[in-house]
Amino acid sequence: MENISKGQREYMEALERNKRRIRLAQIVILLAFFALWELTAQAGILDPFIFSSPSRIFTCLIQMSADGSLFRHIGITLFETCAGFVSGTALGTFSAVILWWNGSLRKILDPYLVVLNSLPKTALAPIIIVWIGNNMSSIIVTALLTSVIVTLLSVLAGFMAVEEDKILLARTFGATKPQILRYVVFPASVPAIINALKINVGLSFVGVMVGEFLVAGAGLGYLIVYGSQVFKLDWVMLSVLILAVLAALMYKWVAALEKKFTKRWKEKE
Amino acid sequence: MPNILEVQNLSLSYYSPQGETKALENISFSVKKGEFLSIVGPSGSGKSTLLSVLAGILTPTEGCVAVAEGAKTGYMLQKDHLFEWRTIEKNILLGLELTGNLTAGTREYALNLMGQYGLSGFRNRYPSQLSGGMRQRAALIRTLALRPEILLLDEPFSALDYQTRLHVSDDIVSIIKSQRKTAILVTHDISEAVALSHRVIVLSKRPARIKAQFGIQFSLPPNNSIEAREAPEFKDYFNKIWKELDF
Repeated sequence: MENISKGQREYMEALERNKRRIRLAQIVILLAFFALWELTAQAGILDPFIFSSPSRIFTCLIQMSADGSLFRHIGITLFETCAGFVSGTALGTFSAVILWWNGSLRKILDPYLVVLNSLPKTALAPIIIVWIGNNMSSIIVTALLTSVIVTLLSVLAGFMAVEEDKILLARTFGATKPQILRYVVFPASVPAIINALKINVGLSFVGVMVGEFLVAGAGLGYLIVYGSQVFKLDWVMLSVLILAVLAALMYKWVAALEKKFTKRWKEKE
Repeated sequence: MPNILEVQNLSLSYYSPQGETKALENISFSVKKGEFLSIVGPSGSGKSTLLSVLAGILTPTEGCVAVAEGAKTGYMLQKDHLFEWRTIEKNILLGLELTGNLTAGTREYALNLMGQYGLSGFRNRYPSQLSGGMRQRAALIRTLALRPEILLLDEPFSALDYQTRLHVSDDIVSIIKSQRKTAILVTHDISEAVALSHRVIVLSKRPARIKAQFGIQFSLPPNNSIEAREAPEFKDYFNKIWKELDF
Protein backbone atom coordinates (compact mmCIF):
# COMPACT_ATOMS: atom_id res chain seq x y z
CA MET A 1 0.00 0.00 0.00
CA GLU A 2 2.79 2.43 0.91
CA ASN A 3 4.57 2.10 -2.44
CA ILE A 4 2.08 3.58 -4.86
CA SER A 5 3.62 4.48 -8.20
CA LYS A 6 3.13 7.91 -9.73
CA GLY A 7 0.97 6.47 -12.51
CA GLN A 8 -1.28 4.65 -10.04
CA ARG A 9 -1.62 7.77 -7.89
CA GLU A 10 -2.55 9.91 -10.87
CA TYR A 11 -5.06 7.31 -11.97
CA MET A 12 -6.65 7.24 -8.49
CA GLU A 13 -6.79 11.03 -8.38
CA ALA A 14 -8.41 11.20 -11.80
CA LEU A 15 -10.92 8.60 -10.66
CA GLU A 16 -11.70 10.64 -7.54
CA ARG A 17 -12.03 13.88 -9.56
CA ASN A 18 -14.43 12.23 -11.95
CA LYS A 19 -16.54 10.92 -9.06
CA ARG A 20 -16.72 14.41 -7.52
CA ARG A 21 -17.70 15.93 -10.86
CA ILE A 22 -20.57 13.49 -11.27
CA ARG A 23 -21.79 14.18 -7.72
CA LEU A 24 -21.59 17.91 -8.33
CA ALA A 25 -23.60 17.65 -11.55
CA GLN A 26 -26.27 15.66 -9.70
CA ILE A 27 -26.60 18.34 -7.02
CA VAL A 28 -26.63 21.13 -9.58
CA ILE A 29 -29.55 19.53 -11.43
CA LEU A 30 -31.55 19.26 -8.21
CA LEU A 31 -30.87 22.84 -7.15
CA ALA A 32 -31.46 24.22 -10.66
CA PHE A 33 -34.81 22.45 -10.84
CA PHE A 34 -36.08 24.00 -7.59
CA ALA A 35 -34.53 27.41 -8.33
CA LEU A 36 -36.13 27.55 -11.76
CA TRP A 37 -39.47 26.48 -10.30
CA GLU A 38 -39.30 29.13 -7.60
CA LEU A 39 -38.16 31.92 -9.94
CA THR A 40 -40.76 31.24 -12.62
CA ALA A 41 -43.44 31.09 -9.93
CA GLN A 42 -42.26 34.40 -8.45
CA ALA A 43 -42.14 36.01 -11.91
CA GLY A 44 -45.67 34.87 -12.60
CA ILE A 45 -44.73 32.63 -15.52
CA LEU A 46 -46.04 29.58 -13.64
CA ASP A 47 -49.25 30.10 -11.72
CA PRO A 48 -48.45 29.07 -8.11
CA PHE A 49 -52.15 28.32 -7.60
CA ILE A 50 -51.91 25.27 -9.85
CA PHE A 51 -48.14 24.67 -9.85
CA SER A 52 -47.37 25.61 -6.24
CA SER A 53 -43.76 26.63 -5.62
CA PRO A 54 -40.83 25.48 -3.49
CA SER A 55 -41.30 28.29 -0.98
CA ARG A 56 -45.02 27.55 -0.62
CA ILE A 57 -44.27 23.86 -0.26
CA PHE A 58 -41.72 24.67 2.42
CA THR A 59 -44.20 26.86 4.33
CA CYS A 60 -46.74 24.08 4.05
CA LEU A 61 -44.17 21.60 5.37
CA ILE A 62 -43.50 23.80 8.41
CA GLN A 63 -47.20 24.27 9.13
CA MET A 64 -48.15 20.66 8.78
CA SER A 65 -45.17 19.54 10.82
CA ALA A 66 -46.11 21.99 13.56
CA ASP A 67 -49.63 20.65 13.92
CA GLY A 68 -48.37 17.08 13.49
CA SER A 69 -50.83 16.24 10.72
CA LEU A 70 -48.02 15.57 8.25
CA PHE A 71 -46.51 12.85 10.41
CA ARG A 72 -49.88 11.18 10.78
CA HIS A 73 -50.32 11.04 7.00
CA ILE A 74 -46.77 9.81 6.47
CA GLY A 75 -47.14 7.23 9.23
CA ILE A 76 -50.34 5.83 7.77
CA THR A 77 -48.96 5.55 4.24
CA LEU A 78 -45.75 4.03 5.51
CA PHE A 79 -47.61 1.51 7.62
CA GLU A 80 -49.86 0.47 4.74
CA THR A 81 -46.90 0.19 2.38
CA CYS A 82 -44.82 -1.90 4.79
CA ALA A 83 -47.78 -4.14 5.61
CA GLY A 84 -48.48 -4.71 1.91
CA PHE A 85 -44.81 -5.15 1.13
CA VAL A 86 -44.12 -7.67 3.88
CA SER A 87 -47.31 -9.68 3.38
CA GLY A 88 -46.95 -9.65 -0.42
CA THR A 89 -43.36 -10.83 -0.23
CA ALA A 90 -44.12 -13.47 2.39
CA LEU A 91 -47.19 -14.82 0.59
CA GLY A 92 -45.41 -14.76 -2.78
CA THR A 93 -42.39 -16.61 -1.43
CA PHE A 94 -44.58 -19.13 0.36
CA SER A 95 -46.56 -19.79 -2.84
CA ALA A 96 -43.29 -20.16 -4.74
CA VAL A 97 -42.25 -22.88 -2.28
CA ILE A 98 -45.52 -24.74 -2.89
CA LEU A 99 -45.16 -24.51 -6.67
CA TRP A 100 -41.51 -25.60 -6.49
CA TRP A 101 -42.57 -28.57 -4.42
CA ASN A 102 -45.40 -29.65 -6.68
CA GLY A 103 -44.38 -29.82 -10.34
CA SER A 104 -47.85 -30.77 -11.58
CA LEU A 105 -49.46 -27.86 -9.79
CA ARG A 106 -46.81 -25.60 -11.29
CA LYS A 107 -47.66 -26.74 -14.81
CA ILE A 108 -51.41 -26.55 -14.22
CA LEU A 109 -51.27 -23.01 -12.84
CA ASP A 110 -48.75 -21.70 -15.37
CA PRO A 111 -51.22 -20.04 -17.79
CA TYR A 112 -53.15 -18.45 -14.91
CA LEU A 113 -49.98 -17.01 -13.46
CA VAL A 114 -49.00 -15.57 -16.84
CA VAL A 115 -52.38 -13.83 -17.13
CA LEU A 116 -52.35 -12.64 -13.52
CA ASN A 117 -48.84 -11.30 -13.96
CA SER A 118 -49.82 -9.24 -17.00
CA LEU A 119 -53.06 -8.01 -15.44
CA PRO A 120 -52.67 -4.59 -13.82
CA LYS A 121 -53.49 -5.54 -10.25
CA THR A 122 -54.69 -2.01 -9.45
CA ALA A 123 -57.70 -2.78 -11.68
CA LEU A 124 -58.82 -5.10 -8.89
CA ALA A 125 -58.78 -2.35 -6.24
CA PRO A 126 -62.46 -1.35 -6.65
CA ILE A 127 -63.49 -5.01 -6.31
CA ILE A 128 -61.39 -5.37 -3.17
CA ILE A 129 -63.08 -2.31 -1.71
CA VAL A 130 -66.51 -3.74 -2.42
CA TRP A 131 -65.54 -6.99 -0.76
CA ILE A 132 -63.50 -5.80 2.19
CA GLY A 133 -64.97 -2.37 2.73
CA ASN A 134 -64.05 1.26 2.79
CA ASN A 135 -61.08 0.91 5.12
CA MET A 136 -57.36 0.48 5.53
CA SER A 137 -57.46 -3.30 5.02
CA SER A 138 -58.55 -2.74 1.43
CA ILE A 139 -55.53 -0.54 0.83
CA ILE A 140 -53.15 -3.10 2.29
CA VAL A 141 -54.72 -5.91 0.27
CA THR A 142 -54.36 -3.83 -2.90
CA ALA A 143 -50.68 -3.27 -2.09
CA LEU A 144 -50.29 -6.99 -1.39
CA LEU A 145 -51.88 -7.88 -4.72
CA THR A 146 -49.53 -5.64 -6.67
CA SER A 147 -46.47 -7.45 -5.36
CA VAL A 148 -47.53 -11.02 -4.69
CA ILE A 149 -47.54 -12.41 -8.24
CA VAL A 150 -44.26 -10.78 -9.21
CA THR A 151 -42.68 -12.17 -6.05
CA LEU A 152 -44.07 -15.62 -6.73
CA LEU A 153 -42.76 -15.68 -10.29
CA SER A 154 -39.32 -14.22 -9.63
CA VAL A 155 -38.68 -16.33 -6.53
CA LEU A 156 -39.93 -19.44 -8.31
CA ALA A 157 -37.60 -18.65 -11.21
CA GLY A 158 -34.80 -18.36 -8.64
CA PHE A 159 -35.73 -21.75 -7.14
CA MET A 160 -35.82 -23.40 -10.55
CA ALA A 161 -32.46 -21.90 -11.53
CA VAL A 162 -30.59 -23.55 -8.65
CA GLU A 163 -27.84 -25.72 -10.13
CA GLU A 164 -29.07 -29.27 -10.66
CA ASP A 165 -25.69 -30.57 -9.46
CA LYS A 166 -25.99 -28.79 -6.11
CA ILE A 167 -29.22 -30.70 -5.57
CA LEU A 168 -27.55 -33.91 -6.79
CA LEU A 169 -24.80 -33.34 -4.24
CA ALA A 170 -27.38 -33.08 -1.46
CA ARG A 171 -29.02 -36.24 -2.78
CA THR A 172 -25.72 -38.13 -2.64
CA PHE A 173 -25.90 -37.38 1.08
CA GLY A 174 -29.40 -38.82 1.11
CA ALA A 175 -31.14 -35.47 1.52
CA THR A 176 -34.94 -35.49 1.63
CA LYS A 177 -37.04 -32.93 -0.24
CA PRO A 178 -37.57 -30.68 2.79
CA GLN A 179 -33.81 -30.82 3.40
CA ILE A 180 -33.08 -29.92 -0.23
CA LEU A 181 -35.37 -26.93 0.16
CA ARG A 182 -33.86 -25.85 3.44
CA TYR A 183 -30.19 -26.54 2.77
CA VAL A 184 -29.88 -25.91 -0.96
CA VAL A 185 -32.75 -24.29 -2.83
CA PHE A 186 -33.76 -21.65 -0.32
CA PRO A 187 -30.32 -20.33 0.62
CA ALA A 188 -29.20 -20.45 -3.01
CA SER A 189 -32.19 -18.26 -3.90
CA VAL A 190 -31.58 -15.52 -1.36
CA PRO A 191 -30.37 -13.14 -4.09
CA ALA A 192 -33.56 -13.80 -6.11
CA ILE A 193 -35.70 -13.14 -3.04
CA ILE A 194 -33.93 -9.88 -2.24
CA ASN A 195 -34.26 -8.85 -5.85
CA ALA A 196 -38.00 -9.43 -5.53
CA LEU A 197 -37.98 -7.19 -2.44
CA LYS A 198 -36.41 -4.42 -4.49
CA ILE A 199 -39.13 -4.58 -7.10
CA ASN A 200 -41.80 -4.83 -4.42
CA VAL A 201 -40.90 -1.56 -2.72
CA GLY A 202 -42.00 0.41 -5.76
CA LEU A 203 -44.99 -1.81 -6.46
CA SER A 204 -46.31 -1.59 -2.89
CA PHE A 205 -46.29 2.19 -3.09
CA VAL A 206 -48.30 1.98 -6.33
CA GLY A 207 -50.85 -0.27 -4.63
CA VAL A 208 -51.11 1.98 -1.58
CA MET A 209 -51.53 5.12 -3.69
CA VAL A 210 -54.34 3.60 -5.75
CA GLY A 211 -55.97 2.32 -2.57
CA GLU A 212 -55.72 5.67 -0.86
CA PHE A 213 -57.03 7.50 -3.91
CA LEU A 214 -60.12 5.35 -3.73
CA VAL A 215 -60.98 5.01 -0.05
CA ALA A 216 -58.69 6.73 2.38
CA GLY A 217 -59.42 9.46 4.87
CA ALA A 218 -55.74 9.93 5.63
CA GLY A 219 -52.33 9.22 4.14
CA LEU A 220 -50.20 10.83 1.48
CA GLY A 221 -52.37 9.44 -1.33
CA TYR A 222 -55.39 10.95 0.33
CA LEU A 223 -53.60 14.30 0.63
CA ILE A 224 -52.74 14.17 -3.07
CA VAL A 225 -56.24 13.36 -4.25
CA TYR A 226 -58.03 15.60 -1.79
CA GLY A 227 -55.55 18.46 -2.33
CA SER A 228 -56.08 18.33 -6.09
CA GLN A 229 -59.86 18.39 -5.65
CA VAL A 230 -59.77 21.51 -3.43
CA PHE A 231 -56.89 23.06 -5.39
CA LYS A 232 -54.49 22.93 -2.45
CA LEU A 233 -51.58 22.16 -4.77
CA ASP A 234 -49.11 22.80 -1.93
CA TRP A 235 -50.40 19.65 -0.23
CA VAL A 236 -50.20 17.69 -3.46
CA MET A 237 -46.66 18.72 -4.33
CA LEU A 238 -45.43 18.28 -0.76
CA SER A 239 -46.91 14.78 -0.62
CA VAL A 240 -45.36 13.82 -3.94
CA LEU A 241 -41.95 15.06 -2.79
CA ILE A 242 -42.22 13.18 0.48
CA LEU A 243 -43.30 10.04 -1.38
CA ALA A 244 -40.23 10.33 -3.60
CA VAL A 245 -38.01 10.57 -0.53
CA LEU A 246 -39.77 7.66 1.23
CA ALA A 247 -39.54 5.41 -1.81
CA ALA A 248 -35.86 6.26 -2.22
CA LEU A 249 -35.17 5.55 1.46
CA MET A 250 -36.97 2.23 1.36
CA TYR A 251 -35.11 1.25 -1.78
CA LYS A 252 -31.83 2.19 -0.11
CA TRP A 253 -32.77 0.08 2.87
CA VAL A 254 -33.41 -2.97 0.69
CA ALA A 255 -30.18 -2.29 -1.22
CA ALA A 256 -28.29 -2.25 2.10
CA LEU A 257 -30.03 -5.51 3.01
CA GLU A 258 -28.96 -6.93 -0.32
CA LYS A 259 -25.38 -5.92 0.22
CA LYS A 260 -25.35 -7.48 3.66
CA PHE A 261 -26.97 -10.77 2.76
CA THR A 262 -25.80 -11.49 -0.75
CA LYS A 263 -22.13 -10.75 -0.24
CA ARG A 264 -21.22 -14.43 -0.31
CA TRP A 265 -23.31 -15.18 -3.36
CA LYS A 266 -21.78 -12.33 -5.34
CA GLU A 267 -18.20 -13.28 -4.58
CA LYS A 268 -18.63 -16.50 -6.44
CA GLU A 269 -18.83 -14.79 -9.83
CA MET B 1 -8.05 -59.41 -0.97
CA PRO B 2 -11.83 -59.67 -0.73
CA ASN B 3 -14.12 -57.84 -3.12
CA ILE B 4 -15.73 -54.78 -1.62
CA LEU B 5 -18.06 -54.19 -4.53
CA GLU B 6 -19.55 -56.45 -7.17
CA VAL B 7 -21.53 -55.40 -10.18
CA GLN B 8 -23.48 -58.06 -12.01
CA ASN B 9 -25.12 -57.80 -15.43
CA LEU B 10 -26.06 -54.20 -14.98
CA SER B 11 -28.32 -52.64 -17.62
CA LEU B 12 -30.09 -49.32 -17.53
CA SER B 13 -32.45 -47.57 -19.91
CA TYR B 14 -33.69 -44.01 -19.94
CA TYR B 15 -37.17 -43.27 -21.13
CA SER B 16 -38.08 -39.98 -22.79
CA PRO B 17 -40.72 -38.78 -25.29
CA GLN B 18 -38.10 -39.25 -28.01
CA GLY B 19 -37.86 -42.92 -27.13
CA GLU B 20 -35.86 -45.33 -25.07
CA THR B 21 -32.12 -44.84 -24.65
CA LYS B 22 -30.03 -47.75 -23.52
CA ALA B 23 -27.28 -46.25 -21.37
CA LEU B 24 -25.69 -49.34 -19.86
CA GLU B 25 -25.70 -52.88 -21.18
CA ASN B 26 -24.71 -55.96 -19.27
CA ILE B 27 -21.89 -54.52 -17.22
CA SER B 28 -20.14 -56.74 -14.71
CA PHE B 29 -17.01 -56.11 -12.72
CA SER B 30 -15.75 -56.27 -9.18
CA VAL B 31 -13.53 -54.07 -7.09
CA LYS B 32 -11.12 -55.18 -4.40
CA LYS B 33 -10.75 -53.45 -1.10
CA GLY B 34 -8.18 -50.65 -1.36
CA GLU B 35 -8.13 -50.78 -5.14
CA PHE B 36 -8.13 -47.67 -7.29
CA LEU B 37 -10.16 -48.38 -10.40
CA SER B 38 -10.65 -45.99 -13.29
CA ILE B 39 -13.41 -46.20 -15.83
CA VAL B 40 -12.76 -44.42 -19.10
CA GLY B 41 -15.08 -44.05 -22.02
CA PRO B 42 -16.06 -41.61 -24.75
CA SER B 43 -18.12 -38.68 -23.55
CA GLY B 44 -21.80 -39.45 -23.27
CA SER B 45 -21.05 -43.13 -22.87
CA GLY B 46 -22.88 -43.43 -19.59
CA LYS B 47 -19.89 -43.31 -17.24
CA SER B 48 -21.63 -40.93 -14.85
CA THR B 49 -24.80 -42.99 -15.09
CA LEU B 50 -22.83 -46.05 -13.99
CA LEU B 51 -21.47 -44.14 -11.02
CA SER B 52 -24.95 -42.92 -10.05
CA VAL B 53 -26.14 -46.52 -10.06
CA LEU B 54 -23.23 -47.54 -7.83
CA ALA B 55 -24.10 -44.69 -5.48
CA GLY B 56 -27.70 -45.82 -5.34
CA ILE B 57 -29.09 -42.61 -6.85
CA LEU B 58 -30.33 -44.44 -9.94
CA THR B 59 -31.99 -47.84 -9.95
CA PRO B 60 -30.78 -50.20 -12.67
CA THR B 61 -33.28 -51.68 -15.12
CA GLU B 62 -31.59 -55.05 -14.76
CA GLY B 63 -28.77 -56.53 -12.74
CA CYS B 64 -27.53 -55.62 -9.32
CA VAL B 65 -24.81 -53.95 -7.32
CA ALA B 66 -23.57 -55.71 -4.22
CA VAL B 67 -21.53 -53.80 -1.67
CA ALA B 68 -19.66 -55.56 1.12
CA GLU B 69 -21.45 -55.41 4.43
CA GLY B 70 -20.99 -52.15 6.28
CA ALA B 71 -19.25 -50.44 3.36
CA LYS B 72 -20.71 -47.06 2.50
CA THR B 73 -20.13 -45.12 -0.69
CA GLY B 74 -19.15 -41.48 -0.93
CA TYR B 75 -19.57 -39.37 -4.03
CA MET B 76 -17.42 -36.63 -5.49
CA LEU B 77 -18.76 -34.59 -8.38
CA GLN B 78 -17.14 -32.73 -11.27
CA LYS B 79 -17.25 -29.43 -9.49
CA ASP B 80 -16.73 -29.05 -5.76
CA HIS B 81 -20.21 -27.50 -5.31
CA LEU B 82 -19.21 -26.01 -2.00
CA PHE B 83 -22.11 -23.83 -0.88
CA GLU B 84 -20.94 -20.26 -1.13
CA TRP B 85 -23.19 -19.18 1.75
CA ARG B 86 -21.56 -21.59 4.20
CA THR B 87 -18.11 -21.41 5.73
CA ILE B 88 -15.63 -24.16 4.85
CA GLU B 89 -16.27 -25.81 8.20
CA LYS B 90 -20.05 -25.75 7.69
CA ASN B 91 -19.57 -27.06 4.16
CA ILE B 92 -17.50 -29.95 5.42
CA LEU B 93 -20.14 -30.79 8.02
CA LEU B 94 -22.94 -30.68 5.40
CA GLY B 95 -23.02 -34.42 4.75
CA LEU B 96 -23.09 -35.17 8.47
CA GLU B 97 -25.91 -32.68 8.98
CA LEU B 98 -27.99 -34.01 6.08
CA THR B 99 -27.62 -37.61 7.17
CA GLY B 100 -28.41 -36.69 10.77
CA ASN B 101 -25.01 -37.92 11.92
CA LEU B 102 -23.63 -34.68 13.29
CA THR B 103 -22.48 -35.43 16.83
CA ALA B 104 -19.58 -34.13 18.87
CA GLY B 105 -17.64 -37.24 17.83
CA THR B 106 -18.24 -37.05 14.07
CA ARG B 107 -17.66 -33.34 14.16
CA GLU B 108 -14.29 -33.81 15.76
CA TYR B 109 -13.42 -36.48 13.21
CA ALA B 110 -14.23 -34.04 10.38
CA LEU B 111 -12.28 -31.21 12.00
CA ASN B 112 -9.33 -33.56 12.47
CA LEU B 113 -9.40 -34.39 8.77
CA MET B 114 -9.41 -30.67 8.07
CA GLY B 115 -6.33 -30.24 10.22
CA GLN B 116 -4.61 -33.27 8.75
CA TYR B 117 -4.99 -31.92 5.22
CA GLY B 118 -4.11 -28.32 5.88
CA LEU B 119 -7.55 -26.74 5.93
CA SER B 120 -7.70 -25.71 9.59
CA GLY B 121 -6.73 -22.15 8.76
CA PHE B 122 -9.71 -21.88 6.40
CA ARG B 123 -12.36 -23.05 8.86
CA ASN B 124 -14.20 -19.76 8.98
CA ARG B 125 -13.45 -18.71 5.42
CA TYR B 126 -15.93 -18.92 2.59
CA PRO B 127 -15.40 -21.07 -0.52
CA SER B 128 -14.78 -18.02 -2.71
CA GLN B 129 -11.69 -17.26 -0.64
CA LEU B 130 -10.04 -20.61 -1.48
CA SER B 131 -8.04 -21.72 -4.51
CA GLY B 132 -9.46 -24.40 -6.81
CA GLY B 133 -7.20 -27.03 -5.30
CA MET B 134 -8.14 -26.18 -1.73
CA ARG B 135 -11.81 -26.19 -2.66
CA GLN B 136 -11.46 -29.67 -4.13
CA ARG B 137 -9.74 -30.80 -0.93
CA ALA B 138 -12.58 -29.39 1.12
CA ALA B 139 -15.05 -31.25 -1.11
CA LEU B 140 -13.13 -34.48 -0.54
CA ILE B 141 -13.10 -33.97 3.22
CA ARG B 142 -16.85 -33.27 3.12
CA THR B 143 -17.21 -36.74 1.57
CA LEU B 144 -14.63 -38.42 3.86
CA ALA B 145 -16.35 -37.01 6.95
CA LEU B 146 -19.04 -39.65 6.47
CA ARG B 147 -16.36 -42.37 6.57
CA PRO B 148 -17.22 -44.04 3.28
CA GLU B 149 -15.27 -47.17 2.33
CA ILE B 150 -15.73 -46.66 -1.38
CA LEU B 151 -15.25 -43.29 -3.07
CA LEU B 152 -17.01 -42.67 -6.34
CA LEU B 153 -15.26 -39.91 -8.25
CA ASP B 154 -17.12 -38.39 -11.19
CA GLU B 155 -14.44 -36.52 -13.14
CA PRO B 156 -13.62 -34.51 -10.03
CA PHE B 157 -10.71 -32.72 -11.68
CA SER B 158 -12.21 -31.86 -15.05
CA ALA B 159 -13.25 -28.34 -14.06
CA LEU B 160 -9.66 -27.37 -13.24
CA ASP B 161 -7.04 -26.02 -15.63
CA TYR B 162 -4.34 -28.46 -16.72
CA GLN B 163 -1.55 -27.43 -14.31
CA THR B 164 -3.80 -27.25 -11.28
CA ARG B 165 -5.35 -30.49 -12.37
CA LEU B 166 -2.08 -32.44 -12.24
CA HIS B 167 -1.38 -31.24 -8.74
CA VAL B 168 -4.89 -31.53 -7.40
CA SER B 169 -5.42 -35.02 -8.78
CA ASP B 170 -2.16 -36.15 -7.23
CA ASP B 171 -3.08 -34.46 -3.98
CA ILE B 172 -6.57 -35.91 -3.79
CA VAL B 173 -5.45 -39.39 -4.75
CA SER B 174 -2.68 -39.42 -2.18
CA ILE B 175 -5.23 -38.42 0.47
CA ILE B 176 -7.52 -41.23 -0.66
CA LYS B 177 -4.66 -43.72 -0.58
CA SER B 178 -3.45 -42.52 2.82
CA GLN B 179 -6.97 -43.09 4.14
CA ARG B 180 -6.89 -46.61 2.59
CA LYS B 181 -10.11 -46.11 0.74
CA THR B 182 -11.31 -47.92 -2.32
CA ALA B 183 -11.94 -45.59 -5.24
CA ILE B 184 -13.73 -45.73 -8.56
CA LEU B 185 -12.81 -42.83 -10.82
CA VAL B 186 -14.74 -41.99 -13.94
CA THR B 187 -12.82 -39.89 -16.44
CA HIS B 188 -12.32 -39.27 -20.13
CA ASP B 189 -8.67 -38.39 -19.53
CA ILE B 190 -6.58 -41.46 -20.35
CA SER B 191 -3.37 -40.11 -18.78
CA GLU B 192 -5.19 -39.39 -15.56
CA ALA B 193 -6.58 -42.92 -15.49
CA VAL B 194 -3.18 -44.52 -16.14
CA ALA B 195 -1.30 -42.29 -13.70
CA LEU B 196 -3.71 -42.73 -10.80
CA SER B 197 -5.10 -46.24 -10.90
CA HIS B 198 -4.35 -49.88 -10.35
CA ARG B 199 -6.76 -50.91 -13.07
CA VAL B 200 -8.56 -49.23 -15.97
CA ILE B 201 -11.86 -50.36 -17.49
CA VAL B 202 -12.66 -49.08 -20.98
CA LEU B 203 -16.31 -48.58 -21.85
CA SER B 204 -17.73 -48.60 -25.37
CA LYS B 205 -19.95 -45.97 -26.93
CA ARG B 206 -23.57 -45.89 -25.80
CA PRO B 207 -24.98 -48.29 -24.76
CA ALA B 208 -21.93 -48.74 -22.58
CA ARG B 209 -20.39 -52.20 -22.43
CA ILE B 210 -17.05 -53.16 -20.99
CA LYS B 211 -14.67 -53.21 -23.95
CA ALA B 212 -11.35 -53.91 -22.28
CA GLN B 213 -9.59 -53.94 -18.93
CA PHE B 214 -5.99 -53.14 -18.16
CA GLY B 215 -4.09 -53.75 -14.95
CA ILE B 216 -1.60 -50.93 -14.55
CA GLN B 217 1.81 -51.94 -13.26
CA PHE B 218 5.02 -50.03 -13.44
CA SER B 219 8.36 -51.84 -13.20
CA LEU B 220 9.63 -49.09 -10.89
CA PRO B 221 6.70 -48.16 -8.67
CA PRO B 222 6.44 -44.35 -8.86
CA ASN B 223 6.18 -42.25 -5.71
CA ASN B 224 3.33 -40.20 -7.00
CA SER B 225 1.09 -39.77 -10.00
CA ILE B 226 3.30 -37.05 -11.49
CA GLU B 227 6.21 -39.48 -11.58
CA ALA B 228 3.95 -42.17 -12.96
CA ARG B 229 3.39 -40.01 -16.02
CA GLU B 230 7.12 -40.24 -16.73
CA ALA B 231 7.40 -44.02 -16.30
CA PRO B 232 8.48 -45.89 -19.45
CA GLU B 233 5.33 -48.05 -19.47
CA PHE B 234 3.07 -45.01 -19.23
CA LYS B 235 2.82 -44.33 -22.94
CA ASP B 236 2.30 -48.02 -23.78
CA TYR B 237 -0.73 -48.12 -21.49
CA PHE B 238 -1.88 -44.81 -22.89
CA ASN B 239 -1.68 -46.09 -26.47
CA LYS B 240 -3.40 -49.39 -25.69
CA ILE B 241 -6.30 -47.63 -24.01
CA TRP B 242 -6.46 -44.96 -26.66
CA LYS B 243 -6.86 -47.64 -29.37
CA GLU B 244 -9.72 -49.21 -27.45
CA LEU B 245 -11.62 -45.98 -27.06
CA ASP B 246 -14.03 -45.28 -29.87
CA PHE B 247 -15.08 -41.76 -30.61
